[in-house]
Amino acid sequence: MHLILFIVFAGLCLAGALNLLLQKHPINSALSLVVVMTSLAVLYLLLGAEFLAAAQIIVYAGAIMVLFTFVIMLLNAGREERTLGSKAAVALGFPAVAAILAVIATVILKAQDLGSVSLSDGITSTEELSRVLFHELLLPFEVTSVLILIAILGAVSLARKGHGDQEAGK
Amino acid sequence: MIPLSWYLLLSATLFCLGIVGFLVRRNLITIFMSIELMLNGVNLSFVTFAHQWHLVKGQIFVFFVMVVAAAEAAVGLAIIIAIFRARATLAVDRIDLMKL
Repeated sequence: MHLILFIVFAGLCLAGALNLLLQKHPINSALSLVVVMTSLAVLYLLLGAEFLAAAQIIVYAGAIMVLFTFVIMLLNAGREERTLGSKAAVALGFPAVAAILAVIATVILKAQDLGSVSLSDGITSTEELSRVLFHELLLPFEVTSVLILIAILGAVSLARKGHGDQEAGK
Repeated sequence: MIPLSWYLLLSATLFCLGIVGFLVRRNLITIFMSIELMLNGVNLSFVTFAHQWHLVKGQIFVFFVMVVAAAEAAVGLAIIIAIFRARATLAVDRIDLMKL
């Protein structure tokens, strides 16, 4: 059962990631990224990370991807065109990335004592996670709230009307 | 029972597909989505190792990565909107004001 679930959702994940690369229109890429993130949430669940599975769906597949599709539709992004730069990137990028993947895969496959994952290993309880998060790591957690606040202010001031007009007027 | 290396290989493949997308695609938004794909690939290996060593801190690291990714998406998309207002294009080859 565990194996079937893993194969189905790992396959969905890879198919979505490949589709993201192959589609010409950004909205299709965004929708395949949603597939990738949702199937990753199922894989997190298989690894016993129930809180992260929920957060993955809510934050990534929900909030972030809605933001992406919103911007794609707002800017009316069309199909992208092939240019000289993209041909060079294809010619140089694929061998380089294949080399990186080969190196990482060799390292992973050579490691002997990695062990295996079984479903009965137990789910990390959200209680334990929150205890560590709110006791030991309280300061980093509070700092992230400042980070989010700065991000909100930055996003508002960057996307404000008049910023771009000022640039164009110079 | 699934070997742990399968999860790690999946994570490495997702990361590398993200790099390919970052290099090959010419649309600003698609490049940004490739970065999100790379973050997700790394998150998967964090969760895998957290499971292996029964450490909850790996999962908390993923939580922080998610927070940073959300902040990054908000700021990045605001920058993309500002660029689109100024240049009226999303093709990275046309956004070359700072090129020598």
